[in-house]
Amino acid sequence: MEMLSGAEMVIRSLQDEGVKHIFGYPGGSVLDIYDALFQCSDIEHFLVRHEQAAVHMADGYTRATGKVGCVLVTSGPGATNCITGIATAYMDSIPMVVLSGQVPTNFIGDDAFQETDMIGVSRPVVKHSFLCKKAEDIPIAIKKAFYLAASGRPGPVVVDLPKDVQNPKLKFPYQYPEAVHMRSYNPTLSGHKGQIKRAVKALMAAKRPVLYVGGGAINANASADVIHLAEQCNLPVATTLMGLGAFPGTHKQSIGMLGMHGTYEANMSMHNADLIFAVGARFDDRVTNAVDKFCPNATIMHIDIDPTSISKIINADIPIVGSIEVVLGQMQTMIAEMDALKEQEDLSAWWQLINTWRERECLVYEKSDTVIKPQQVIEALYKVTKGDAIVTSDVGQHQMFGALYYPFKKPRQWINSGGLGTMGFGFPAAMGCKVALPDEEVVCITGDGSIQMNIQELSTCMQYNIPVKIVSLNNRSLGMVKQWQKMFYEGRQSHSYMDSVPDFVKLAEAYHHVGIRVDKPEDLEPALEKAFAMKDRLVFLDIAVDPEEHVYPMQVKFGSMQDMFLSKTERT
Amino acid sequence: MRSILSILIENEAGALSRVVGLFSQRGYNIESLTVAVTDDPTLSRMTITTHADERKIEQILKQLHKLVDVLKVSELTDGPHVERELMLVKVKASGTKRDEVKRNADIFRGQIVDVTQSQYTVQLSGTTDKLDAFIAALGEATEIIEVVRSGVCGIARGERSLRP
Repeated sequence: MEMLSGAEMVIRSLQDEGVKHIFGYPGGSVLDIYDALFQCSDIEHFLVRHEQAAVHMADGYTRATGKVGCVLVTSGPGATNCITGIATAYMDSIPMVVLSGQVPTNFIGDDAFQETDMIGVSRPVVKHSFLCKKAEDIPIAIKKAFYLAASGRPGPVVVDLPKDVQNPKLKFPYQYPEAVHMRSYNPTLSGHKGQIKRAVKALMAAKRPVLYVGGGAINANASADVIHLAEQCNLPVATTLMGLGAFPGTHKQSIGMLGMHGTYEANMSMHNADLIFAVGARFDDRVTNAVDKFCPNATIMHIDIDPTSISKIINADIPIVGSIEVVLGQMQTMIAEMDALKEQEDLSAWWQLINTWRERECLVYEKSDTVIKPQQVIEALYKVTKGDAIVTSDVGQHQMFGALYYPFKKPRQWINSGGLGTMGFGFPAAMGCKVALPDEEVVCITGDGSIQMNIQELSTCMQYNIPVKIVSLNNRSLGMVKQWQKMFYEGRQSHSYMDSVPDFVKLAEAYHHVGIRVDKPEDLEPALEKAFAMKDRLVFLDIAVDPEEHVYPMQVKFGSMQDMFLSKTERT
Repeated sequence: MRSILSILIENEAGALSRVVGLFSQRGYNIESLTVAVTDDPTLSRMTITTHADERKIEQILKQLHKLVDVLKVSELTDGPHVERELMLVKVKASGTKRDEVKRNADIFRGQIVDVTQSQYTVQLSGTTDKLDAFIAALGEATEIIEVVRSGVCGIARGERSLRP
């Protein structure tokens, strides 16, 4: 058997796992691993400028492709800097493996230099974690880490590697396990047949059904199954912020995003439905509004791979635990077996009602000749990219404008931090997408607040020539915070100003990128055209937008799903 | 509602902290917790008592089951079961109190396991209620110096079992 050191085992295990790209930052506790990496030509490493960005890059890489992203960092601050990134991935169920260095085993617990209990610190935000106390444990720990990260409800897994375990002088027999079995971990994949039958019957009997699709449908690669079921049964489809693209936003049955900033038609349909069929969604508080007023007349059907998501917030009348892809396949078989479609209720009255809600045109906004509206930027972006770009987003108003005004055609096209709401996510995530899919157009929608939370990565993009496009909606303030302060705090703008936004054009240029400032509405499209014509350059578009604009619709706090502000002056 | 949960978990470093962490992180309460290795040295068995409504208990059971190290979870209070707690109480036992403490220990079927000229240490096992009653009785009879309780451990009655 081949003899390898612990450090070599780490790199060889990654190779055997098929890892091609890794994102990280070296330091004392991982020097041996970095030395082994230096001698390996199969894995491309990207040196970030802050470990948080490495995790977001791996996250974007994963979300764009479904391949498990991988991070390598040192102990102590290297590890703790990863936590926000790991928590971001955890909240959105993104598979990822984070390898962190650790002080030598005989130093653990002594408050050694750059020591942090990474297993302890990361525990609430990982799916699982491993501390390798012997070099021989490394291959199986890495195998299990990748298996756990990607299977069941996906999530991040940490592997903590003490320095002595990596010792390049001590060699051990190496064999990468082909398969892994864990007696305590057996995710349920196929749904209960009796429940599926009940679900089919309920679906056919529904007069006002809504298909409510979340990010789980994207994680499970079940978009085609969702589309098939929706078309077959002529169901209106509402998607969550995480589910955008799982069902094409351009499809005639799409009623758009639902929830706090959902469309009028999506929220009205949900509230008035008699059946809600949740697919890989988790009834997040940004969807339900007040739980006790949630969809009063609806039967709730819920497919989820994670039993804890079912009946956690909203009681499910027909729960089905299983992989969405498998369960929707089982439903198809059942529909055919029962010849169920001929029993289906006529939905034309329901569609008529939905169409009256659509006529409200909740996304129409007032245009201006003098000032650029943020919505207008997203519409122009959609036009210029022909709706084909991979769009990542930071967190705030620009994120909601992106979600509402750029209809996503396919899954893995819209990449944002939905659960944790991490400002600073969008730019490194875009970099990860571009590394994974260099032929795709990748654009990060951001704002002057969010972009500054990981702006140092302009340097990484310079080093590796990662030509993403940055579309920054610059409103000289923390727009979403300001919107809430205007609406709920009598306009007291406590610390929501950015009095000293830098010259982003010069900043981009300092890193040898292209910066373009856009002030006038008529310059918007030409500037975007120009930026996207520069295929091989990172272009930072600093777009001055109306700072007074709010995101609408917006649900009224403590109300039901149908209680919404539709503009500064109208509410339902 | 008081529930007793039995958990079969991999006997690995950090497994206990994952369970305890889950409870604090999700705002569940732990009234008592006992844990020790089972006849199979690769497995530990944990008994947790908690207070929550039915819906929350269901969520706790599912969340526990989701932990990668957890093999099996069951709610003992779901059916007939035996539950026991062990307690050691050190009390003042001088003068007339000495006989009174002994009488109380006998009534509760406790055993005196350590003696000094002025103190007794009484060992008692039973349900939580019985232990509470004993403490109340002792408190009237003498001065309690120190109490240590193991927390509840339990097992289902009849054929029902929690095996890997």
